[in-house]
Amino acid sequence: MFFHWLEKNPFFFASAVSIVISFAGLIEIVPNFAKAAQPLVDMKPRSVLELAGKDVYMKDNCNTCHSQLIRPFKSETDRYGDYSLSGEYAYDRPFLWGSKRTGPDLHRVGNYRTTDWHENHMLNPALIVPGSIMPAYKHQFTNLADIETAYAEAVTVKNIFHTPYGDEFQGTRAAWEAYKPTVLAEAAAIAADMKNQDVKDAVAKGEVPEIVALIAYLNSLK
Amino acid sequence: MQSNATLEYDYSLAKKFTYLTILFGVLGMLIGTLIAAQLAFPELNYLLGEYGTFSRLRPIHTNTVIFGFTVSGVFATWFYVGQRVLKVSMAESKFLMFIGNLQFWIYFVGALLATVSLFFGFSTAKEYAEYEWPFDVVIVLVWVLWGISIMGLIGIRREKALYISVWYYLACFLGVAMLYLFNNMAIPTYFATEGLGNVLHSVSMYSGTNDALVQWWYGHNAVAFAFTVPIIAMSYYFLPKESGQAIYSYKLSLLSFWGLMFVYLWAGSHHLLWSTVPDWMQTMGSAFSIVLILPSWGSAINMLLTMKGEWNQLTDNPLIKFMVLASTFYMLSTIEGPIQAIKSVNAIAHFTDWIPGHVHDGVLGWVAFMIMASIFHMAPRMFKRELYSKKLMEQQFWIQTTAVVLYFTSMWIAGITQGMMWRAVDEYGNLMYSFIDTVTVLHPYYTIRAVAGVLYVTGFIMFAYNIFKTMTAGKVLTQEPQFRTPMA
Repeated sequence: MFFHWLEKNPFFFASAVSIVISFAGLIEIVPNFAKAAQPLVDMKPRSVLELAGKDVYMKDNCNTCHSQLIRPFKSETDRYGDYSLSGEYAYDRPFLWGSKRTGPDLHRVGNYRTTDWHENHMLNPALIVPGSIMPAYKHQFTNLADIETAYAEAVTVKNIFHTPYGDEFQGTRAAWEAYKPTVLAEAAAIAADMKNQDVKDAVAKGEVPEIVALIAYLNSLK
Repeated sequence: MQSNATLEYDYSLAKKFTYLTILFGVLGMLIGTLIAAQLAFPELNYLLGEYGTFSRLRPIHTNTVIFGFTVSGVFATWFYVGQRVLKVSMAESKFLMFIGNLQFWIYFVGALLATVSLFFGFSTAKEYAEYEWPFDVVIVLVWVLWGISIMGLIGIRREKALYISVWYYLACFLGVAMLYLFNNMAIPTYFATEGLGNVLHSVSMYSGTNDALVQWWYGHNAVAFAFTVPIIAMSYYFLPKESGQAIYSYKLSLLSFWGLMFVYLWAGSHHLLWSTVPDWMQTMGSAFSIVLILPSWGSAINMLLTMKGEWNQLTDNPLIKFMVLASTFYMLSTIEGPIQAIKSVNAIAHFTDWIPGHVHDGVLGWVAFMIMASIFHMAPRMFKRELYSKKLMEQQFWIQTTAVVLYFTSMWIAGITQGMMWRAVDEYGNLMYSFIDTVTVLHPYYTIRAVAGVLYVTGFIMFAYNIFKTMTAGKVLTQEPQFRTPMA
């Protein structure tokens, strides 16, 4: 019998297992690959500050409790806005859809929350939303966002995946130093809408606290 | 050639990985209980400053119980079962012993460093694949070393036919290798530029919808090939060994094995129902999830029928109780999963606590029970001592069974409540509840779940104590017990 033979021949056994488990990925994932990577027409990739904010979002694993995927149900579009489209995610590496809504969806949070709201909320969520079980993220007001890494990320995706960042995005230290003021100007614009004096002072000194980058990112979610 | 009767197996590696199974088990479950309690009592988020929030700890919990506890258990049982079913001792090959020890130390140090990296927030944010690229490299290395062990031991085997358990261990090795490699493909940004930014940071090879598809093809099948396949390997070895009963049906095991191999991977897209993944993929995921009941129940029924005519053992051997309950929870979990994968059910269940509820009746009831039972069976044979206390085992069994039942029932209610409240509308078609209403309503269920966590950890510490006392104070055995594990 074939199976008795197979059980005595480990090489062929292992090969058979490998072939059988490969089918699904080949048929389900590969054919649609190029199509699913298409961005919406005229969509711009995130700015360096927003990318740094996305990295803060990942560092504190916001995606463990918040989704970024609005499903095509009336109850969801009423609550969160238009349902999500594949092309909107084309520049998201990684995808941050999440798998659990301990808190609400954030895919379009930029449409209905402001810098000011986020600032108060991140300091004390239960004060802004009574009954909230979200922890406060005070450390984001003192920790600095890693804007250099965010810039390196932008350069990497531009060079390797042709994400449409401008020609000024080059992987040299000189190019980063030349670009840095653009990031700081963007951070200053966010800090101008905030109340926290320490944050404002830090930005004035040319530093970017995590909260500033995070708010820039959250505001970009539309 | 040595005869079977005189062959002495080398259990040094099995012992080492057993210690790690217990260590990571205690750690992972303690953190799990803490984060469960945080959802009921948010003040608990501030015990460790920025390092103690739910969001920082949750990936540490999942990764520690998957790559620490479960994978250690898989290695521990492999280094015990592999030798015995292939009729060859590890000690016969210095090379394999060296590779095994190398694997152990790289794994142990790597796992500790990886855990620390998550505390500090280095995360790729892909579930169960959060470790940044240097730790991925370490994991791949450990896996390759394990592969060499498996292939090497098979290469020098005396028993020509591979026993069912070896099929499953092989499949675990191959499946996890394929999934892990493809899903963790990332480009370190430091090396893609002239050394800009943090050296640990990387960016995923896939974007958006593609990334989601690859991630859940991985996420779902990491469950398959780390949480199901090697655990079935354990059942096929330890249940017959403990009960003295032959496996009920060879044909059923054949059907279940190849069925599981083929069907499992298709079902990954059921994690992405109603998302931006094309409809036909979602439907495939749903349909294959239903088909998956067949091979899953095939294995579980094969286990239960193995006890045919010997059900009295259930009353007087707590080890059999652990294994039978594990198979039963496997059945529960593998019928619950397909139900959640039906699109209309998923519309309510997705994003709610019913999902962690489902995961935990599988991992607490099936995976952890089977791993603990395996260690209970191996300990007297590895340490040549009787199990320390049968009474303690009985108490542990009931405490943990109660814990699992409390966990999944509370999360079922919580999940369905939340799912229904999100979609509830009043007579004019307006949403009835704001989001926060659907959070505060869950407080009692989160509290029950935290209690369940405390109970389960308590049981696990009783288990650790029992094994420790077995090693140090159990009655010395002069002869290896053939079937039923001796216990005081």
